[in-house]
Amino acid sequence: MFPSQFTYHAPATLGEALALLAEHGDDAKVLAGGQSLIPLMKLRFAAPPIIVDINRIPGLDTIAEEGGSLRVGALVRNRAIERSDVITSRYPTMAAAAPMISDPVVRNQGTFVGSLCHADPQGDWGSVMLALDGSVVARSVAGERVIPIGEFLDGPFTSTLRADELAVEARVPDPGSEFAGTYLKLERKVGDFATVGVAVFLATSGGTVTKAGIGLTGVGATNIKATAAEQALVGGTVSDALIEEAARLAAEAADPRTDIRGSADYKRDVVRVYVARGLRAAAATPVA
Amino acid sequence: MNITVTVNGSARTSEVEPRMLLVHYIREVLGLRGAHVGCDTTSCGVCTVLLDGLPVKSCTMFAVQADGRSIMTVEGMATNGQLHPVQAAFHSEHGLQCGFCTPGMMLVAKAFLEENPAPSEEEIRWAISGNLCRCTGYQNIVKAVQAAARNMSEVSK
Amino acid sequence: MTTVETAPSAEHPGWMGKSVPRIEDARFIAGRGNYVEDVVLPNMLHMAILRSPYAHARIVSIDSSAAMALPGVVAVVTGALLAEHKLAWMPTLSGDTQAVLATDKVRFQGQEVACVVAEDRYVAHDALELIVVDYEPLPAVVTPQAALEDGAPLIRDDKDGQVDNRVYHWEAGDAAATEAAFAGADRVVSLTTFYPRSHPAPLECCGCVADVNPASGKATIWMTSQAPHAIRTVFALVAGLPEQNIQIISPDIGGGFGNKVPVYPGYVVATAASLLIGRPVKWIEDRTGNLISTGFARDFHMTGELALDGAGKMLGLRVKMLSDQGYAYADAQPSKFRAGLFHMVTGSYDLPAAHVVTDGAYTNKAPGGVAYRCSFRITEASYLIERLVDVAAVEIGMDPAELRRMNFVQPDQFPYRSATGFVYDSGDYAPALDLALEQVGYAEVRAEQQARRAAGATKQLGIGIASMTEALGAGPSRDYDILGIKMFDSAELRVHPTGKAILKLGVRHQGQGHETTFAQIVAHELGIPPQDIVVQEGDTDNTPYGLGTYASRSTPTAGAAAALVARTLREKARKIAAYLLEVAEEDLEWEADRFSVKGAPEKVKTIQEIAFAAYTNHPQGMDAGLEGVKYYDPPNLTFPFATYIVVAEVDVATGEWTPVKVVAVDDCGVRINPMIVEGQIMGGLTEGYAMAAMQQIAFDEDGNCIGSNFMDYLIPTAMETPHFDLFDTCTPSPHHPLGCKGVGESATVGSPAAFVNAVVDAVSHLGVRNIDMPVLSSRVWEAIHAAPG
Repeated sequence: MFPSQFTYHAPATLGEALALLAEHGDDAKVLAGGQSLIPLMKLRFAAPPIIVDINRIPGLDTIAEEGGSLRVGALVRNRAIERSDVITSRYPTMAAAAPMISDPVVRNQGTFVGSLCHADPQGDWGSVMLALDGSVVARSVAGERVIPIGEFLDGPFTSTLRADELAVEARVPDPGSEFAGTYLKLERKVGDFATVGVAVFLATSGGTVTKAGIGLTGVGATNIKATAAEQALVGGTVSDALIEEAARLAAEAADPRTDIRGSADYKRDVVRVYVARGLRAAAATPVA
Repeated sequence: MNITVTVNGSARTSEVEPRMLLVHYIREVLGLRGAHVGCDTTSCGVCTVLLDGLPVKSCTMFAVQADGRSIMTVEGMATNGQLHPVQAAFHSEHGLQCGFCTPGMMLVAKAFLEENPAPSEEEIRWAISGNLCRCTGYQNIVKAVQAAARNMSEVSK
Repeated sequence: MTTVETAPSAEHPGWMGKSVPRIEDARFIAGRGNYVEDVVLPNMLHMAILRSPYAHARIVSIDSSAAMALPGVVAVVTGALLAEHKLAWMPTLSGDTQAVLATDKVRFQGQEVACVVAEDRYVAHDALELIVVDYEPLPAVVTPQAALEDGAPLIRDDKDGQVDNRVYHWEAGDAAATEAAFAGADRVVSLTTFYPRSHPAPLECCGCVADVNPASGKATIWMTSQAPHAIRTVFALVAGLPEQNIQIISPDIGGGFGNKVPVYPGYVVATAASLLIGRPVKWIEDRTGNLISTGFARDFHMTGELALDGAGKMLGLRVKMLSDQGYAYADAQPSKFRAGLFHMVTGSYDLPAAHVVTDGAYTNKAPGGVAYRCSFRITEASYLIERLVDVAAVEIGMDPAELRRMNFVQPDQFPYRSATGFVYDSGDYAPALDLALEQVGYAEVRAEQQARRAAGATKQLGIGIASMTEALGAGPSRDYDILGIKMFDSAELRVHPTGKAILKLGVRHQGQGHETTFAQIVAHELGIPPQDIVVQEGDTDNTPYGLGTYASRSTPTAGAAAALVARTLREKARKIAAYLLEVAEEDLEWEADRFSVKGAPEKVKTIQEIAFAAYTNHPQGMDAGLEGVKYYDPPNLTFPFATYIVVAEVDVATGEWTPVKVVAVDDCGVRINPMIVEGQIMGGLTEGYAMAAMQQIAFDEDGNCIGSNFMDYLIPTAMETPHFDLFDTCTPSPHHPLGCKGVGESATVGSPAAFVNAVVDAVSHLGVRNIDMPVLSSRVWEAIHAAPG
């Protein structure tokens, strides 16, 4: 498997990178972890004439809480997320998903932000971000904009990131002081894309749900935010009946297709079961 | 493009096309044949090498990305003619059959044991789950990693 | 589990049954193996293959001018060019024909259409994109049932006299006796099931380096071949090259599992290109090429009916099977058996009557039918009978272990002639079953299963048993051949003056440990330590003729040849020892590694001393040297057996399942190196699990292959693969010189049914009777939801 020829740029600064993107637009493709892009290039499903390798730009590899949110830089590898103390202690939905991303060797290279930009509807991070109401920071020579994840994910393998923009960071809001979350993934084997993935997040105050997030993987043209299920949870106290209702609503929000992984009915029912299990697990292990 | 990569401790400078994959650079430019190619989709891990000490699939990286960095291949595991404990354990525990996945498996095991010197069976299985083996059923690979862990901890005592 | 032993001891004299660490490991753990991709020759070119995007289409035109114009491209080879040299078609191993490069039509997605030969592999792939092929799509035939319908599009319109898509019709057993058995039965149970198309998928894909010397005409071809001698003969016949000018070298092989037995178009085109261009040509297949075009396995649609009396005694078995062969009949199998050894379907059971009806059909899929870790279609047969017995147990309300036990062929019935014509050499099935039941804690697990059922638990428990018997070691020349070449095998042994030795074999290992196991055989017979013996395989100029390594045949055939040639050398050594010790031959006795004089044990000559004398001081009139060659024609197949038991936990809400305990009791006769045998069993169990759980080459309704890379064709990792508990019994083969039976494939043959039986058993109380492989969670869920309850 042999990629087509391209011109290679490895800018040393963010400014250089943005200038290259401004100059080349759609001809340029950003290379971060490369774990989605390079396989596509090897299969010649992608043949960008220009590669902008951002790996030599300093300062893009930090995980930090700052200004009321968690900030994950464009070069933060999945490996680092898996081993991050702040994520393990404060962002349980992310912590649960991290070890399920692809496989351990791929996680050493693949990046969180790169995965979001790839916008694979079977990608796990999109659902996690939907559940957590995250956003993506896009920078260009013209300036910076913060794009809520729901607006960022635009369709299968398409985002609203412009060709001259670089996604420099992802942001996740502070979870508050009483919260819980998890990620459940039905995969046929390690390294498989999700047949169904479910991200859940709950913030509570004195037993009452103050914020709920549910994201669904692999059951639609993009990752799906199960808004009705979230709304049903907010303001209630977690009970079996409420969980079943939220799970039912989440299953209704799913729009799966029948394929080799299973029928649409199957996937929808797994969404129901997983949302219920995820909420139960979250309710059982709150961080306070 | 001209790149300089530290390979098994020695700096190597070469002229490569940007599109050349790291695995082809290692195999064909450097002539190190322990890293293999087994799939097109970053699935199998037989091309795994250590990049600055961490396992990467060298079929999913361009050689130019390794410029200025350090790589270890299976050829660099033994020191002064002595097998690395992981290599010795793969032999004693029958952790290989056809040998095609073995270099990648051993490099992953080496990096893993440096991070987790006393792993459980479950942790070992998790650590090697990015690398496929078609022959052994993994059980003797797990045993080999366990044996290597024991031998390494005895040496370090 | 075994402990590693490196030398004879008082407790274990000799070299049999010793877990000698593998001699071949040294090069692999150092990264110094020599696989085909490692072969680099001066001035070497690289070849890449253009494949068809359609399952069935007429080729209107091929324009390769732009590809030819690309700098670095040396040649573009098309079917038309090959046709000029009468190389566009080649024979398959089942006597059918297969295109090397398509000329008239493409007949499956992924078929080889053109090859680019270039200075560089990247450039070769650039050039593939510049070849313009104009296709006229045709309706694709994607199931064997559709293929045999009236009016189905004719796939093989290239073949004179081929009027439909039927490949063969073949029957075994006695129809009338079977009808009579069913007429007298109290119960008849049936199962219709599909053993899906699978692929061996060794981690190393196929490839070759062909180097035809334009001056001498000698063709040296390094090739990923499990059967290099047979390939040489096929090459001589196909290409019309004189056989003495063809040297096939199988270097180290990164796994084979049957995938590397056939001749593939890439080998032929690379050789032809080297011949035409006069430079070495390397072709290394990519994974998509491997999965989409090379030898698949299975793809059998099967219905089995079992007739039983009121007590559960089996009276008769009736089987119908329809095989999906792809567009060419390319099973690697003995020519007289059209569906391989599928008629081994009576398995471990004393079935008085059986009748097996098989049909094969062409479809628009890749050809194959290779023996994927399997002795010629026995995997499918074993799966059918072991699933059918479980269905019967549920239907008649009997414990599946008891139903098996009461129907086993009994020890006093061996040699046992089966209703379909096999003569089982030896067996004792009940002890293996009993040991497996004991080790799995059968009664306790059944009690736990009942408790979970009673509680309506989300996670239900199931127990799956398979008590398989297979037939391997092909085989006796009266019945077994590949393209007419009899399935003997060979060993050539030379002891050097210093007492070291080289053993050359006609087989070719791909990880099975021959360099250690066969050295141990010689060590056992002659007393030369294994470390002093080099085992050479795979180079046709430097090894005796043999049929290769597949179908678990190496130890039954070449292993026997190695033992017998060593014994011949020992007899010559006796003559030399008698001469040296100045006694009569009959006054000598052999022990371990030396002859001593009876009654005077201090008068000895070791094998090393005798070997030295064979070159320095041999008796006048005797040929110098100590070497010999043996071609071994086995008198019968061997019949290893096993019981595999799987305990699986099934999540009834999502259909996810996990094997929580796997017990294997294998009886492969005498074990030469138990460590290597157990390695083979664990590998076999893993592939058995893989087929049961996830592996499948699927197609959509247009014949597009869904399963052409490792994202879609799933190979289990260490996380999914269960832990195995291995045990053994030993029933030697009465006809093998060492009592061995072969083991490489037993677990792949037998274990899939155990895994599936376990999952079905876990949900049988919900009304589920069958789930076809691969048992994906979705299929379990769908079976539960479709069950009558």
